[in-house]
Amino acid sequence: MKIEHVDGENRGKILLYALSTCGWCRKTKEFLSKLGVEYSYIYVDLVDDSEKDKVIKEVRKFNPRNSYPTIVINDKECIVGYNEDEIREVLGK
Amino acid sequence: MSEVKSEEIENLYKKLDSEAESFGYHLNSDIDMTKDLIKGLLVNEKRYGYLACPCRLATGEKSRDLDIICPCDYRDDDLNEYGSCYCALYVSKDILNGKKKLGSIPERRHQKDEKRQIKEKSIKNNIISLSKPVWRCKVCGYLCGKDSPPEVCPICKAKKERFEIFI
Ligand code: SF4
Repeated sequence: MKIEHVDGENRGKILLYALSTCGWCRKTKEFLSKLGVEYSYIYVDLVDDSEKDKVIKEVRKFNPRNSYPTIVINDKECIVGYNEDEIREVLGK
Repeated sequence: MSEVKSEEIENLYKKLDSEAESFGYHLNSDIDMTKDLIKGLLVNEKRYGYLACPCRLATGEKSRDLDIICPCDYRDDDLNEYGSCYCALYVSKDILNGKKKLGSIPERRHQKDEKRQIKEKSIKNNIISLSKPVWRCKVCGYLCGKDSPPEVCPICKAKKERFEIFI
């Protein structure tokens, strides 16, 4: 599975589940980059079929609606959708 | 996956824009965002064979993705409640005029599944005698009473498969 990594300031483990075709996902990615934090992202639509169920299950654990973008912070907190204020608050930026 | 050509994006943009305007809808005036979403639709068309919503995870099985083929079953409700569809490809007049701010909205899909099932059951249990069944277009709400739904919805042009039995 392809997990992309973006370097930046460490603000905890930030994992963005996104779709490669989705506008709000792109905006979320751009915003994280603008904040300059270190994060990783997975394009779930591009994940191999053999691994997709596993990834979806992971997303559902935090966001039962399985919608994108979903950001998981430190394996416990979760932000659903593109919400600059919420991202700033959770990351303390 | 074959690349989407800019010409294809332009063409679909023009088609959707003119259709939207003639049916009382509006595309997002943020052209970059709109064209990216249209590119996403075309990527999905190449990938799955139909214009699956770019902001939702399609299964690739058409029968399971019918409700999220663009325009999806949720567009009108989302436009009414939030002023845009889930992806923000379509926006309301208020958003277009800047009276309302565009933002990411919650996913409506699967929210009403239970309610819908209950409704469908109660309809089936009611003994209604109609000379013809009533079909409803899930995209725009158009109703018609005949043996089968039309090939395409005369109002919004959605295909036959998007109709459900209403009564
Ligand atoms: S109308 Fe529905 S399917 Fe089309 S872009 Fe908007 S949310 Fe996605």
